[in-house]
Amino acid sequence: MMTNTDSAEQKSSPKLDTPLLQVNDLSVAFRQGDSISEVVKKISFDIQQGETVALVGESGSGKSMTAHAIMKLLPYPMAFHPSGEILFKGQDLIQFNPKQMQKIRGNQIGMIFQEPMTALNPLHTIDKQIGEVICQHRGINIKQARPLILDLLQKVQIPNPESRLKSYPHELSGGQRQRVMIAMALANEPRLLIADEPTTALDVTVQKEILHLLKGLQQQENLGLLLITHDLGVVKHMAQRVLVMKDGELVENNECQTIFNEPSHPYTKSLLQSAPSGTPADIASSLQEDTAPLLTTSNLNVSFTVRKSLFGKPLERFRAVKDANIRIHKGTTLGIVGESGSGKSTLALAILRLIESEGEIRFDNTLISDIREKHLRSLRKNFQVVFQDPFASLSPRMTAEEIIQEGLNIHNPSNSGNTETAQPLSKKEKEQRVKDVMREVGLDSELRHRYPHEFSGGQRQRIAIARALILNPALLILDEPTSALDKTVQVQVVDLLRELQQNRQLTYLFISHDLSVVKALSHQIIVMKDGEIVEQGQADSVLSRPSNAYTQQLIAATLP
Amino acid sequence: MKKPLLSIRDKLNPINQRRLDTFFSNPRAKWSLWVFAVLFVLSLFSELIANNKPLLIAYDGDWYTPVFVSYPETTFGGDFDTEADYSDEYVRELINEKGWILWPPIPYSYDTHIADLEQPAPSPPTTKNWLGTDDQARDVAARTLYGFRISILFALALTIGSCIIGVMVGAIQGYFGGKIDLLGQRALEIWGGLPVLFLLIIMANIVTPNFWWLLGIMLLFSWTSLVDVVRAEFLRGRNLDYVRAAKALGVPDRTIMARHILPNAMVATVTLVPFILTGAVTTLTSLDFLGFGMPPGSPSLGELVAQGKSNLQAPWLALTAFTVLALLLTLLVFIGEGIRDAFDPRLVTQ
Repeated sequence: MMTNTDSAEQKSSPKLDTPLLQVNDLSVAFRQGDSISEVVKKISFDIQQGETVALVGESGSGKSMTAHAIMKLLPYPMAFHPSGEILFKGQDLIQFNPKQMQKIRGNQIGMIFQEPMTALNPLHTIDKQIGEVICQHRGINIKQARPLILDLLQKVQIPNPESRLKSYPHELSGGQRQRVMIAMALANEPRLLIADEPTTALDVTVQKEILHLLKGLQQQENLGLLLITHDLGVVKHMAQRVLVMKDGELVENNECQTIFNEPSHPYTKSLLQSAPSGTPADIASSLQEDTAPLLTTSNLNVSFTVRKSLFGKPLERFRAVKDANIRIHKGTTLGIVGESGSGKSTLALAILRLIESEGEIRFDNTLISDIREKHLRSLRKNFQVVFQDPFASLSPRMTAEEIIQEGLNIHNPSNSGNTETAQPLSKKEKEQRVKDVMREVGLDSELRHRYPHEFSGGQRQRIAIARALILNPALLILDEPTSALDKTVQVQVVDLLRELQQNRQLTYLFISHDLSVVKALSHQIIVMKDGEIVEQGQADSVLSRPSNAYTQQLIAATLP
Repeated sequence: MKKPLLSIRDKLNPINQRRLDTFFSNPRAKWSLWVFAVLFVLSLFSELIANNKPLLIAYDGDWYTPVFVSYPETTFGGDFDTEADYSDEYVRELINEKGWILWPPIPYSYDTHIADLEQPAPSPPTTKNWLGTDDQARDVAARTLYGFRISILFALALTIGSCIIGVMVGAIQGYFGGKIDLLGQRALEIWGGLPVLFLLIIMANIVTPNFWWLLGIMLLFSWTSLVDVVRAEFLRGRNLDYVRAAKALGVPDRTIMARHILPNAMVATVTLVPFILTGAVTTLTSLDFLGFGMPPGSPSLGELVAQGKSNLQAPWLALTAFTVLALLLTLLVFIGEGIRDAFDPRLVTQ
């Protein structure tokens, strides 16, 4: 889709003498009490008129901080700049006072945020939100701005712009919301556009369209574009120059092609190689077919009441999962793919009996869908879960040891009360088990007295896996365990999961929107859309010969 | 004072350490806390500071502590078997013949009627009665000290009680949600509509209100203030990933509530506590002022305010009551502000 001739044209266009944006020796530091931590360390780069510069790096590398510093959106005075200057059209933005900055923000420099749902005000219509930006800077009223707003919506290719003017953000799809965000950023014809992970929160099929739009607009208006992303696929399509950041430092600054063909810094190399690969763990064929499945569901339905009558009688229901029939054999991985809102996480929660559902769930020949919560508790140790966001799934007030040990305290209490199934464990034995499982998931057991915030994202996810594994479950439900992690860490976690599966004969229910991760782990694949299972079968046959139109679209959008 | 505080600090988790540091880096809150702590501890030992019984008596080679033990007059060679009245000139002379008496700094208790006043009560401040006397010839300084103590103890008891009930009810409503929450909220609204003062007046006609009666009645109505914030925290908390993960581990509801969600709700609770405390002080004072509070004769700041109002010719009554109340409430509000700021993650400390 993005042709090479595009970038060739860009390069041949005459460059201006002074760059549009010039960042020299910029540092960003934060003050907390008496301690000062420097998050961006003396970085320098330029952006020319009409040039796309990609800023790449893992989370925490300081790329968003750099972007926010250019817009001066950091929480001053907690944040400050020990050194550096930001020259925009020759003027140093750092010296500007808040009033002067207001004239720059949204006028000369536009910004697109990652999450279009939270970046738009849910209580205002979109014409009001776009109109506000225009009226603020051009001194006209909303009526005069209306044609401009329509024009902008057309520019960002929103179908039927007239009918959309009075819509609220929640009435638009994720892709449309991001288009509105772009329209807002472009409203005053800025010279520089900063896009902070503009497609990360979107589904893969929508991502492509938005990137296409951004690129088209950038060329049409001859904008300078600073694109912040962790997705190298995006960089390849969009950027002329790439800046690679690591731990607040700029480790590489080069032409896009040079970066991809001959990266000089070792970190860039590791970044380029970090795509989840490999094949699912080998399984003995006897395990797969002959034995009875470990988990089956039949006609599993989950619905939420949208509207209720005065007496609490449901009038309107939203069916999040429709008649799901799945089966997983012991020791295999069932991958569930689908876009956000397709009901895959809801299905997982229903199987875990964490939300109400109708239909049968059979685990290890026990019908668990009818058991009361009280009796289910002792069975829970056999099916465990790992959630998506390792920052949210660990209690911030407990140490790693307490978190991992919690399951043991419930199922093997040290003071033997009514222990029906499990034997009591002494304090020492529990500590030993925690150490063992931490080692198994690749964590240093000496770190067990630390709190979650002292660990990195990957380490936290390992803690979450350890918490689930310590109970020796037969089934592990993994709800997007890698999607909140950086690419290099993703690979490690996928490798770890594969290794664990082989060593422990674990059964996985693996949920992800990322086909490359699913491909690396799954034996069977289920594709979900709008609560329905649209396709299921052996992994390689689904991926290589998709029969459903939606699956074909999904695969076309992700796999290169 | 710094050392034990530091060792407690090390046991806390980093979030609480930062909060503690923020609190103590706010000079106004820090000094308010120290002043309040000193005053409160002093008032706890009111019996040793203001009493009509001597602290120590040396008599005939023996030691006596009348504050703690009741001695009949005959011990000191008097005539009666009843407890010695140490303010009586006769008893004092008996003791001074064979020993000596150590008096507390204020030789009057809150209910001591001073017989030998030079002016009719209420008498103005003198070197003997530092803050003067009230209209029943009782020492104002002694009454203020005891009144201060009872105000704080009442407020503390009420606050702790309200917290326990309020947090429990809020937690149950928020965690289970649905019908329990709906019914609970409606019940709370009805409960909140009951006229508290009216009930207190009715009660005052049936029983003689004492400390515990008042505490009980006030507690019935004051716990509701915390329910809403705690309920909101639990409503939010029950959908957190780590709460779900705990549920998936098979952790019982009670443990989840106490270990995983309660710490989140504590922030809102702790922030509100100092303000409930000031509210309780004010409530007790106004009840006493109106005459529906503590039984007659008991020392209370509200009663002192009432005396000041009816004896405008004796300004030391009103002035004392005003100063002490203003000081107490200001200290509590400053401490409360310090705590609120310490728990506010957005606050910039510079």
